[in-house]
Amino acid sequence: MTNGNQVKSLTGKKHNFGMVIDVDRCTGCGACMIACAVENNVPPGPVDATDRTGITLMRVYKADNGMDFPDNESVFFPVSCQQCEHHPPCVSVCPQNAVEVDPATGIVGQIPVRCLGCRYCMAACPYHARYFNWWDPVWPEGMERSLNPDVSLRMRGVVEKCNFCFHRLQAAREKAAAEGRDEIKEGEYIPACVESCPTSAMTFGDLLDEGSEVYRLAQSNGSFRILERLGTGPKIYYFSEREWVRNIAEKDPASALKRGATTD
Amino acid sequence: MNTTDAINRNASKGTDDVRGKTIFFFGIVGMLFLGWIIFPFFIYAPVAQPVQFSHSTHAGDNVGLKCVDCHSYDKDGRFLGIPGTSKCAGCHSHTIGVSDEEKKFVDEYILRHKEIRWVVYSSQPENVYFSHATHVKVGKLDCETCHFGHEFTDKLRPARFSRISGYSIDVSGSTLLDIPSTPSTGMRMDDCAGCHNKRGHKESCIDCHK
Repeated sequence: MTNGNQVKSLTGKKHNFGMVIDVDRCTGCGACMIACAVENNVPPGPVDATDRTGITLMRVYKADNGMDFPDNESVFFPVSCQQCEHHPPCVSVCPQNAVEVDPATGIVGQIPVRCLGCRYCMAACPYHARYFNWWDPVWPEGMERSLNPDVSLRMRGVVEKCNFCFHRLQAAREKAAAEGRDEIKEGEYIPACVESCPTSAMTFGDLLDEGSEVYRLAQSNGSFRILERLGTGPKIYYFSEREWVRNIAEKDPASALKRGATTD
Repeated sequence: MNTTDAINRNASKGTDDVRGKTIFFFGIVGMLFLGWIIFPFFIYAPVAQPVQFSHSTHAGDNVGLKCVDCHSYDKDGRFLGIPGTSKCAGCHSHTIGVSDEEKKFVDEYILRHKEIRWVVYSSQPENVYFSHATHVKVGKLDCETCHFGHEFTDKLRPARFSRISGYSIDVSGSTLLDIPSTPSTGMRMDDCAGCHNKRGHKESCIDCHK
């Protein structure tokens, strides 16, 4: 959202929410995946669901440096929708206008009820961050009572993806409004994955706010983005002090991460 | 001779024309009547409220309650909607009026600590997000802007739900040729978008859809 189109949000202030994930601190525990699924009412998949047909809006991939034992090092990449800010491929291919970039927040929003299930966006997304609902959601007995009322359920036949827990932003805005504030305060809105990370590897905030931690980290030396050369401007930054880790994102596309394969 | 025939023919053609146009006109009117009045009458099933309630009595001069006295917000800003019976019991711990409905309400609900299962007119589909706090406190809208006339109602009309979709007629198109059938603004997506456009708020889909 750099070349700001003149759009007035409710309060006129623009944000550009983004995230920095320090992969040196990520232990691959998967807490973010669980927190994400619970927060967003993602049902447990049927027993025959595979990596390809199950739904993991946030997914941790493993990669290593390809060396043998004493020198072997591995790294974990939590990958969700990368919230591309510049011509997101999923937006331009969608025949339904079911996905668009919210000008006020920079969040790429997907409206599952509008989706017709053609899965063109899944083919277009270089990060494999979009998932198709192959089944209607079914919860184990009693678990449906713990569903999140702020997130609607998705039916069979539509595509879904991470939207930075937009409902949490709505809740924060509503709380701010009730207290008579026009704007939310920093830290009032963070996605579930960031909140759940036990090693605080994830930092979330407004990339336009130059005083924020996320801005500092995104501008720092070790920060990089996956497939930056495609020019889609992902708003999820990764951070590592190891050069070989940074090179994974440079030379090897996300498909290698998807296979969990050794990259070199 | 030939001329007379021709005149007769023309005359009967004229009558046919008039008759055809009349039938066509009444046909159209009949179809519109069927489609706009009769059909909705059948397709929406009325559901009566379990207890009657008069907004005009409570908001009128005698009692003088304001909207927010009963319809309040939670501490995190969520709108609480219709109050529970505990709030009503603040005044109605025993019968204080003369109406039969109040007596029924006190006897059957308050004294038994039971909640009323109100039939909600405005339940939106599951994928719709709406925040009262944002509209009222940041947007500075009065309750009457959207709920005009509600405080003057003496009776709760039966809610009408579509037999096909299950949605209330209040959220799914009771407006006709953009003329709202009630004095209030409608609660359809077009109504929301219309008001936002008028006020220059251009939002994206996820602002209202979840």
